[in-house]
Amino acid sequence: MSARRIFARPARFAAIAPYVWMVLFFLVPFGFVLKISLSQTAIAQPPYEPVFDLMAGWGALKAAFAALSIDNFKLLASDDIYVFAYVRSLTVAVTATALLLLIGYPIAYGMTRLPTRWQAVAMVLVIVPFWTSFLIRIYAWINILQHDGLLNQILLALHLVSQPVVWLSTDSAMYIGIVYSYLPFMILPLYATLAKMEPVLEEAASDLGAPRWQVFWLVTFPLSLPGVGAGVLLCFIPIVGEFVIPDLLAGSNSLMIGQTLWLEFFTNKDWPVASAAAIVLLVVLLVPLLLYERLQKRQLEQVR
Amino acid sequence: MTDELPRTDAAADSVGDTQFAAGEPLLRIEGVAKRFGTFRAVDGVSLDIKSGEFFALLGPSGCGKTTLLRMLAGFEAPDQGRILLGGKDIAQALPHERPINMMFQNYALFPHLAVRDNIAFGLKRAGMARADIATRVAEMVALVKLDGLEKRKPDQLSGGQRQRVALARALARRPQLLLLDEPLAALDKKLRESTQGELMELQRRLGMTFIIVTHDQEEAMTMASRIGVMRDGKLAQVASPRELYEAPRSRWIAEFVGDINLFDGESKLRDGHRLVIGTRDAGALVVAEPREPVGAGKFSVAIRPEKVKLSRRGPVREAGHETAINQLDGVIADVCYLGGTTTYKVKLDAGGMLQASVANSARLDVDAYGLNQPVVAWFTPDDCVVLPS
Repeated sequence: MSARRIFARPARFAAIAPYVWMVLFFLVPFGFVLKISLSQTAIAQPPYEPVFDLMAGWGALKAAFAALSIDNFKLLASDDIYVFAYVRSLTVAVTATALLLLIGYPIAYGMTRLPTRWQAVAMVLVIVPFWTSFLIRIYAWINILQHDGLLNQILLALHLVSQPVVWLSTDSAMYIGIVYSYLPFMILPLYATLAKMEPVLEEAASDLGAPRWQVFWLVTFPLSLPGVGAGVLLCFIPIVGEFVIPDLLAGSNSLMIGQTLWLEFFTNKDWPVASAAAIVLLVVLLVPLLLYERLQKRQLEQVR
Repeated sequence: MTDELPRTDAAADSVGDTQFAAGEPLLRIEGVAKRFGTFRAVDGVSLDIKSGEFFALLGPSGCGKTTLLRMLAGFEAPDQGRILLGGKDIAQALPHERPINMMFQNYALFPHLAVRDNIAFGLKRAGMARADIATRVAEMVALVKLDGLEKRKPDQLSGGQRQRVALARALARRPQLLLLDEPLAALDKKLRESTQGELMELQRRLGMTFIIVTHDQEEAMTMASRIGVMRDGKLAQVASPRELYEAPRSRWIAEFVGDINLFDGESKLRDGHRLVIGTRDAGALVVAEPREPVGAGKFSVAIRPEKVKLSRRGPVREAGHETAINQLDGVIADVCYLGGTTTYKVKLDAGGMLQASVANSARLDVDAYGLNQPVVAWFTPDDCVVLPS
């Protein structure tokens, strides 16, 4: 037996492993959710019907399939509450991601300008919040933002405001919480791309007559776009489905889709509608992503 | 190939040449010094460079040649001294304000821009009109023979092609001074040699002033009309390639530029314009007195290997009339065949080792010397250079 064949088997397994993972932990659960989204709510255990029972025989199974319907999706489209929730989720995600980029980019750029020794320190400082539970950090923000909290005390002391500002249960508080929580996910990919960029490219640009701001916009920024893309996706997608931060910091008058889902699932016990809402969310997020990827591939092919 | 670059368009003048008094050097470097912490990278360098010159800064790594070049480009500001370009002090000017362009060591091409846009980058910054930019880019592409590759990205080019893009990009603005930082270091030997020729041709045709930084003495000798040898942040000697090779000013330069035999000794006798120097390893050597007269003391006698001739033992006559003056008996200790030449190491009876480089002028050299063959190595007093030890 040749050496090639001995090594072929584990190599082939390694290639299959990610697919096995995807099927077991993504496709199969997705199938469950999809099936529930096509079912009707019922006061039973589980709280929906039909229930597939493989033991009940072929006829029962066929009847169960016939009982599936897309009524839940029709409900989602017809009820303003859901449409508003989707729109609000996307608006919040777009605004928060833009804020993250505006704040994260200068931080990442500044980090690359530090002496090497200080870059490592800055890196640790960016990561250090992860050592505390996410939930505890959000509760800490409630403390900071409340009526007699730290933020109001500072603002009053600096005479920037004469009355304590109401922060909690506002969109501002939610944006503060989101930007604070997701900032490392924006900074790290940006820093990674900016740090590996050759400084000589910036020198070449200034040698060819570009003042500092042109050096940045014509060379540094375009070359950091892969990092910008990675940071934007890493923040945007989870923010759309964010539940905890809006629930704890924002007001209850307009809900994001994550909160709506939670409400349907746990308060209304309407698993089918919650599942349908989850699937729509997935489609809303996946379609633009796939389009973006295809566009990138085509651009790459054009260059070749 | 374009014949002449038209120099008529107005935009070119805003970027390119300005007139200044004839006879003045284009570039004057006056007592320039730069320190990094306690390390003196450049330590009081003064140098004049004339318009149209091809000047090489030569030195081992860490000698300060790159730092000096970066100060000319504006990436480092000198701690002391002035840099005058056409009579104007530019020492503290920012890189984008100088009519100087640089070709970087690893080319530093913008990876996100096509060849065309890389070349146009500097022209756009100069505010040139669109149509003029297109014309100039086309000129440059033709000049460096990159036709048909305008739309490629740098990562789709070979090393040689990238080198040409870098050159075209640096030349496009028609700088008063072009700086080249080890421009050929990344090319293989064959390509490097042909590119050397092309660079010289281009420089002559454009009448531009080039300053090249290199650690390769052969490259400097081939291309430059004048060479400045740098050591420990100082200019050790500024001379033409020939003068540098044949009349090095110090023992260190003699050893750095090319191969050389060195024998330490003391002067013993003066006979007209000849000196007799007693050396420990090669006995008494008769040498021509150097241009600057020397007193008594310790000296090194330097002889280039190709100036040493070899003969079989017996009386040797030079040019048929005079007995060769320096005749050293020895035995061949090492033979190194290099194709065009053969290098012999001769173990002298006096104790030292002497290298001789002999041209292989015949294909079947029946007279080639073998190992352990007794020979006479000889050279004239004029072949020797006397250097202070």
